[in-house]
Amino acid sequence: MSRFRPTDEKQLAEIVAAAVAGEEPLELIAGGSKRGLGRPLQTPHTLDLSAFAGIKSYEPEELVLTAGAATPLDEIEKALAAKRQMLAFEPGDWRGLMGATGHRQTLGGIVACNLAGPRRIRQGAARDHFLGFSGVSGRGEAFKAGGRVVKNVTGYDLCKLMAGSYGTLAALTEISVKVLPVPEATRTVVLRGLDDARAVAAMTLGLNSPHELSGAAHLPRGGGPLPGAAMILRVEGPVPSVEARAAGLGAELKSIRAAEVLGDKDSAALWKAVNDAAPLAAQDRLLWRISLAPAAAPAFLAELKRSLEFDYFLDWGGGLAWLAVQGGEDGGAAAIRAALGGQGHATLIRAPAALRAVIPVFEPLAAPVAALAARIKASFDPKRVLNRGRLYPEI
Amino acid sequence: MGVMLMPKPDTETISRRAQIAHDLRQLCAAPDAVIEDESERRPYETDALTAYHALPLLVVLPSTTEEVSRVLAYCHKHAIRVVPRGGGTSLSGGSLALEDAVMLGMSKFNRILEIDLANRCAVVQPGVTNLGITNAVQDRGFYYAPDPSSQIACSIGGNVAENSGGVHCLKYGLTTNNVLGVELALIDGTVIRLGGKHLDAGGYDLLGVMVGSEGLLAVVTEVTVRLLRKPATARAALIGFATSESAGACVAAIIGAGIIPGGMEMMDKPAIHAVEEFVHAGYPLDVEALLIVELDGPPAEVDHLIGRVEQIAKQCGSVSLRISGNESERLLFWAGRKAAFPAVGRISPDYYCVDPTIPRAKLPDILKYMAELSKKYGLKVANVFHAGDGNLHPLIFYDANKPGELERTEQFGADIMRYCVEVGGCLTGEHGVGVEKRDLMGLSFTEIDLNQQQRLKCAFDPQGLLNPGKMFPQLHRCAELGRLHVHRGQIRFPDLPRF
Repeated sequence: MSRFRPTDEKQLAEIVAAAVAGEEPLELIAGGSKRGLGRPLQTPHTLDLSAFAGIKSYEPEELVLTAGAATPLDEIEKALAAKRQMLAFEPGDWRGLMGATGHRQTLGGIVACNLAGPRRIRQGAARDHFLGFSGVSGRGEAFKAGGRVVKNVTGYDLCKLMAGSYGTLAALTEISVKVLPVPEATRTVVLRGLDDARAVAAMTLGLNSPHELSGAAHLPRGGGPLPGAAMILRVEGPVPSVEARAAGLGAELKSIRAAEVLGDKDSAALWKAVNDAAPLAAQDRLLWRISLAPAAAPAFLAELKRSLEFDYFLDWGGGLAWLAVQGGEDGGAAAIRAALGGQGHATLIRAPAALRAVIPVFEPLAAPVAALAARIKASFDPKRVLNRGRLYPEI
Repeated sequence: MGVMLMPKPDTETISRRAQIAHDLRQLCAAPDAVIEDESERRPYETDALTAYHALPLLVVLPSTTEEVSRVLAYCHKHAIRVVPRGGGTSLSGGSLALEDAVMLGMSKFNRILEIDLANRCAVVQPGVTNLGITNAVQDRGFYYAPDPSSQIACSIGGNVAENSGGVHCLKYGLTTNNVLGVELALIDGTVIRLGGKHLDAGGYDLLGVMVGSEGLLAVVTEVTVRLLRKPATARAALIGFATSESAGACVAAIIGAGIIPGGMEMMDKPAIHAVEEFVHAGYPLDVEALLIVELDGPPAEVDHLIGRVEQIAKQCGSVSLRISGNESERLLFWAGRKAAFPAVGRISPDYYCVDPTIPRAKLPDILKYMAELSKKYGLKVANVFHAGDGNLHPLIFYDANKPGELERTEQFGADIMRYCVEVGGCLTGEHGVGVEKRDLMGLSFTEIDLNQQQRLKCAFDPQGLLNPGKMFPQLHRCAELGRLHVHRGQIRFPDLPRF
């Protein structure tokens, strides 16, 4: 058991090459805040990437930031906030729910897990803001892809492949991301006491309106500053714009229920709670995160309620369901994936390692897709030395 | 541009043309699915990069996913190369034919399969045009956001292959940000689905890799795209500047003020004059640079922001400023920009367009450099420019009938791209590498970078049958690329700090 902490790309490449030669897999780690996410690893060695940290360049007017992959997120957010900019994909802070409050999140971790918050529906996920990277492949070779400009189609988009690969293809050392201005103001339109079907109908109405929502969630047991069931819609932009849009939404939703409007401060607390899955974080239950077609959410929940007991809330206009499930032999995996019927994907975010070792944490892939994924893994990491088994047993 | 070296045609395959045509006819139901006659193959010899042409071995026009799968499986079995083609509007030679390759035309895949407004998406066949999607949903107030200027002709399948952009992509993203799912056929005929009506991937983001893969990885047979509600309103400002520096400073100041316009385009003086003579949009002729800044969205926001843009423009020393008062005026502002290519086509026998991206701060430098190059090569250049995202479109005027002019033009373009890469930009922002920029890939990437990209290709297409000769300057065999140079027992973990 060794822990390696390379300080430059050359050392990193040497370590990976040695791991390849000895066929001894490595666990990639930086801040360690998401160590409990994914299938548990059985690797003899730890590869600590935390030396690859620090902001390399930040040009606000170019909307581009380049930083070491292990740069702590709070450092990046601080630098961006000073120029009134942000990571628009709104990465959530899952340390509370992962029991990792003592750890720091890093840019690389967020990209490797392809995080995305409520603003996903408008601005995309980490994948959509990931412009370029340097890293070392599982072949022990330093390589790069993409670039440092916001529009680039030179070569395959390997950034997309790295985003959400959970460190199974390459150890990233440097990352360039697109950044965007922080909206001047935020308003949240709240409709209380709606059931799932009516909440999703209200979210659909809002999302299909010209009011340009940047968030649409349904919290059956409330969240943040709201105690009871609440369907919430977020608008962001200049003050005159958010005022007009919040009023417009209220008028359009009047047939469903009278709306309340929250200002900047309450909105910030509320959407942070949604982003961090706070309504379900505190309870010691299994947590699932499910991406599905937004309009399918009520039927999915109704179907699931017949066979499983759970708490939940919806984000992304219904397109994201967070579920808290009480134990059970398979943690509800079979029921959840059956209800999903292949039309989306379910990820087991929080569970004891023993359970994550025996049930598929990530959505099982159709055979030809799984075969293709394995060939892609082999093309980057033929000896499977990087985070072996974290995503799928054969990856 | 005959200098571009394509993979050596396989004469044995060419000699079997009649047999292959016969076999392929058995695989497709439509009687006209296989085009063998030389004169009927002729229209397929080039795409929008007309300087390159080659006659395809055969053209196949399948009608169903099953037919695509069968054709690919057949070609795979017999080691026949395949070039996929959508609308044939690639500006980088992405669908350039090969003499020994079957051209797989997707033009019969022209149906919109489903419009699902509850999930804000549409499921379409890949041969549907980009604008066709918007046309199908605009009466209900929706549209498909990426809008390449070829949108009346380019196919959505081609957009997926090239990750096409358009004038609105700073705010609304490129194709990759607006596609939710695809069905595709691998070279061995296997059909798989990636994504759907939901967001993001369960495992690797293979959909993200497919977008922009230039037809080298698989053939897309169905696409699910995101639909957006049409912005309630849009207004544009037409702003003239005495120098490109002040125009560039204005763009930076707008973004620095936290404003992301729906579109932000710049034209230099030669471009302004070319389009004004052509479309009479009322552009000022005495300015060095012209910006079109369009704000779209809710009326309260657009009215608010257009005022701020006006203020910023004045602070940046604008010498002329008009704000569209109504929709027809706004469209007139755009008419000039949108006609830039044909306008140049009217005053020059031929033109050549490249599309590198630069950090926007380097704009004045690159314009100065282009002026020098223009003198050096004796060729005129006009610039239209996606100012918001730094994507340049220099249009180099040339005459293909003058000996040597084509080669000089190509060198001119390569010099521009080289400069852009040197200052931190990239070779291509939206047109793709294709054959055109293939041999310049070394400017951006090392051999190790390119080999890794080719290994990804090998995972999809180990025999290298799909669209060979595009994107990569050197083709390596997959077996050679896959080799790991390790000597068991000789490499140990290096002597590094361990904790």
